[in-house]
Amino acid sequence: MKRILPPLVPFIVITLALEWMVRGGFVPGYLVPAPSAIFRALYDSRDELAAAMAKTSAAAVIGFALSALTGIAIAVLLSSSRAIQKAFYPYAVFFQTVPIIAIAPLLVIWFGYGMKTVIASAFIVSIFPVIANTLTGLLSTDPALRDLFRLYGASAGVTLVKLRFPAALPQILTGLRVASGLAVIGAIVGEFIGGQGLGSVVDVARTQQRVDKVFAAVLLASVLGLALFGLINLISALTLRRWHASEQGA
Amino acid sequence: MITVSKTTASEAGRGVALRLERVRRVFENSLVVIEGMDLRIDAGEFLAILGPSGCGKSTLLRMIARLSAPDAGRIVAEPEQFQTAFVFQDAHLLPWRTTLDNTALPLELMGLDREARYSKARATLAQVGLSEAEARYPAQLSGGMRMRVSLARALVTEPRLLLMDEPFAALDEITRFNLEVQLRDLWQRRGMTVIFVTHSISEAAFLANRAVVMTRRGGKIRLDRRIDLPAGRTNDLRSDPHLGNEMKLLMAAMEEE
Repeated sequence: MKRILPPLVPFIVITLALEWMVRGGFVPGYLVPAPSAIFRALYDSRDELAAAMAKTSAAAVIGFALSALTGIAIAVLLSSSRAIQKAFYPYAVFFQTVPIIAIAPLLVIWFGYGMKTVIASAFIVSIFPVIANTLTGLLSTDPALRDLFRLYGASAGVTLVKLRFPAALPQILTGLRVASGLAVIGAIVGEFIGGQGLGSVVDVARTQQRVDKVFAAVLLASVLGLALFGLINLISALTLRRWHASEQGA
Repeated sequence: MITVSKTTASEAGRGVALRLERVRRVFENSLVVIEGMDLRIDAGEFLAILGPSGCGKSTLLRMIARLSAPDAGRIVAEPEQFQTAFVFQDAHLLPWRTTLDNTALPLELMGLDREARYSKARATLAQVGLSEAEARYPAQLSGGMRMRVSLARALVTEPRLLLMDEPFAALDEITRFNLEVQLRDLWQRRGMTVIFVTHSISEAAFLANRAVVMTRRGGKIRLDRRIDLPAGRTNDLRSDPHLGNEMKLLMAAMEEE
C-alpha cells in the first residue's frame, strides 16, 4: 500500500480535476474527454479493447524479448574485441537513429500486414538501449577482478559468466527498463501501419472523432508499458537486492 | 630481547624464490617505469617494497604475478610452477557473492568440486576469524572484514607466493594494526613468500623481514635492508625503540627521493 498510494493520489486528483474542468465547460469535451467518458468507452468497447490489448501485449512482449536476447548477444560479441566494437558499433547506433515511422511501411512490404510487422517495429525501436547499456556494463568490469580471474586461469567464457555478466547486470537491467517502454511505443507505431491491436483502435477511433476511445486505448497502452516496466523492476529487485545500492535502502 | 628473524627450513620449503634480472618495463606512452632492475628474493621471505607514488611498485608486482611481461630481462622463479595469490589495495570482492563464495572463488575457478572448496574456504575463514560472517554479503561487512575476506580468498589456495599491493592503505589505524599482526602470524605459520608493496614506512618496518626502497624514477633500488626485529610481532612492538630505528633508516632513504 505504501508503494501504491503515492502515485494513486495524483491520479485521483488529476482525474477529478479533469472531470470538473470538462463538465464545467473549461475544456471542450471533443478535444479532451471527461474521465467518466473514457471509462465509459473502456466499458462499452471492452471486448474490442481487450482483444486489441491482447494483440498489442503479445507483439510488445515478443518484440521486447527478442531485443533483450539479441541486444545482449550483440553486446557480448561487441565487447569481445576492440576491433569488432570499432567495426560494428556504428551500425548498432542505426537502431537508435532510425525514424521508425518512416520505415514502418517498409516493414509491411517485408513482413505483410499483421503481427510480424508489429513485432519487428517493437524490436527495432527497443534494441539499442539494451546493446548500449549491456556493452557499457561489460566493458566496465573491475580490472583488478579481471586480473584475479586471469591469475587463477579462468577462460574467457568462465570470466564472462562468473564475472563480467553479473557485474554488468545493473546496467543491463537499466537498458531493459528503457527498452520495455520503447517496445510498447514501437508496437503501437507498427500497428498504425500494420493494422491490428491498440494502434489500430486509435487510428480508427481518430477517423471517427471518438476521442474518448482514443484516450481509452492510450490508457491501456500506458498500462501495458507500466506492467512491463514493473516486471523489469521486479526482476531487478530479486537479483540485485542483496548487493547493489540501487535496490538497497530505498 | 630482540632476536633477528630467520627464515626456517620448513618456511623455505613452502615459499618461492625469485630472481629478477635486468628487468625493464616501458608503458605504451614510452615512459620507462622500470629500467634494468636486479633483485633476489629468498624462498619464504617477507619483503616490503617501499617507494614514492608512480615509482613502479605496482608494475613490478604485476610482472611478478605474470599478469604482464617485462619488455626486457627476466624473472626466474624456483620452483617454476607455483600458485600465486594477489591482494589488491581495496578488497575487490564480488558483491553478489557471500563471504564463503567469495573465499571459495579461486578454488572454483581452478575446478575444485563444491564440497572440497567449501571445506577449504571455511577453514581459511576460521583462520582470519570470519567464520561467523560466511553467509553475509560484502555490503554487510565493515572495511576491515572485507579486507580479511580478500586475504582469505588469497590464502585459500595455499599460495607459495603472496603479492600484496597496499592492501591496508584504506583502513583505519586500529584495524590496520590488527590485520598486520594477523598477516604476520599467518605468514609465520604458512611460510609462503610475501611481497608487500606499501607507502607506509611503519607498516614496512613492522611487517617485513627485509625492506627495499625504490627510487622515484627508473625502478632502481635505493636501499635494501634486512629488518632486525623479532620473528613474532605483536602490537607491543610498535612502541619498541628498535622498530623506531628501522623506521628512521627507511625514512632517510625515502626522504632522499
